[in-house]
Amino acid sequence: MENEQLIPAEECCTNYNIEYSFISSLQQYGLLEITTIKETRFLTINELQKLEKMIRLHYELEINLEGIEAITHLLDKVEYMQTEMTSLQNRLRLYEGENY
Amino acid sequence: MDFIDYYKILGVEKNAKQDDIKKAYRKLARKLHPDLNPNDKEAHKKFQQINEANEVLSDAEKRKKYDKYGKDWQHSEQFEKAQQARSHQGFGGGGQTFSGGYGEDEFSDFFASMFGGGGGGKRSHTKFRGQDYNAELHLTLENAYSTHQQTLTISGKNVRITIPAGVENGQKIKLNGYGSPGVNGGPNGDLYITFIIKDDHKFKRLGNDLYMNKDLNLYDAILGGEVTIDTMGGKVKVKVHAETQNGHKIKLKGKGFPIYKKEGEYGDLFITWSVKLPTHLTEKEIALFEELKALRP
Repeated sequence: MENEQLIPAEECCTNYNIEYSFISSLQQYGLLEITTIKETRFLTINELQKLEKMIRLHYELEINLEGIEAITHLLDKVEYMQTEMTSLQNRLRLYEGENY
Repeated sequence: MDFIDYYKILGVEKNAKQDDIKKAYRKLARKLHPDLNPNDKEAHKKFQQINEANEVLSDAEKRKKYDKYGKDWQHSEQFEKAQQARSHQGFGGGGQTFSGGYGEDEFSDFFASMFGGGGGGKRSHTKFRGQDYNAELHLTLENAYSTHQQTLTISGKNVRITIPAGVENGQKIKLNGYGSPGVNGGPNGDLYITFIIKDDHKFKRLGNDLYMNKDLNLYDAILGGEVTIDTMGGKVKVKVHAETQNGHKIKLKGKGFPIYKKEGEYGDLFITWSVKLPTHLTEKEIALFEELKALRP
């Protein structure tokens, strides 16, 4: 993992105007991974993307952490099912029209 | 440009109190928020509509103006200018509008015409990481067959990308950092490209395999022969076995579609023979077929 892909958690708190306790709770719920290097906590860019989404769900839509956890699982399922659906639609195209 | 009924969009009465508007908006936002409806363009569109309705109805001044001119919104600007000349006034307040993590200020022409530009509401959170971009790239099957480069114009900038051979219809790739720039030193957003591959008139594709129909004349089908096939990779001579039946399928190994990110590896090509019977027979041909028929009573 390259260092430039890591963003200090403290910087995230300042920029998103959130308490570190929110990030820490997300970590405890298994919703976010924090990388610690020499006692400094970092987030990868991928985790930052997840954090942004959870900030929106929590602060904008007022969904609590239990709700976010449930939503995350359901969204993972939706994503899996969408991939599956695309794959099935691609298979279906074979049988549409003429017989091959 | 049509009049937009913001009350109808939020499902509230014209005399609804601010609290009712807020509640209705929150309820709809929880239902339609893009984070909860990934890849749902209809929900995204509706979310923009409720955002716009909230932007107007939650702001006392904007609501007043909207209520005042209603369907006569086209003349509102003239009225406003005349009014402002008499007493200077400006908009204040402004409700909180949710970002949804998507492009901000995506307001209708109706809104822009009446209130000018994007929303003036406060965003609830400072941006840090740049916004992600989503784009669709339409390819023909032939385009997807070989690795090639394409230039996309994303937000006015040209982005040259390499499309690896073998991409599938509906496949999404992420280009790190090709989204909008981050704020306050934050990382750039990403660019997500979804490939849409058009149906091909000759080949059908299933994963890495290709399927095609090939006409075969009666005599080659009965007696056997050699047929030239135009595969996606070039012409190939195929031996036809004697007594080949109509609808019989053969496999040409490695003549299918390239396997994504596995250079030099290909799927298979399946050919279904479509035996064509001769038409406009001459008298001599008919007589010969009669003769053949007599041999197999």
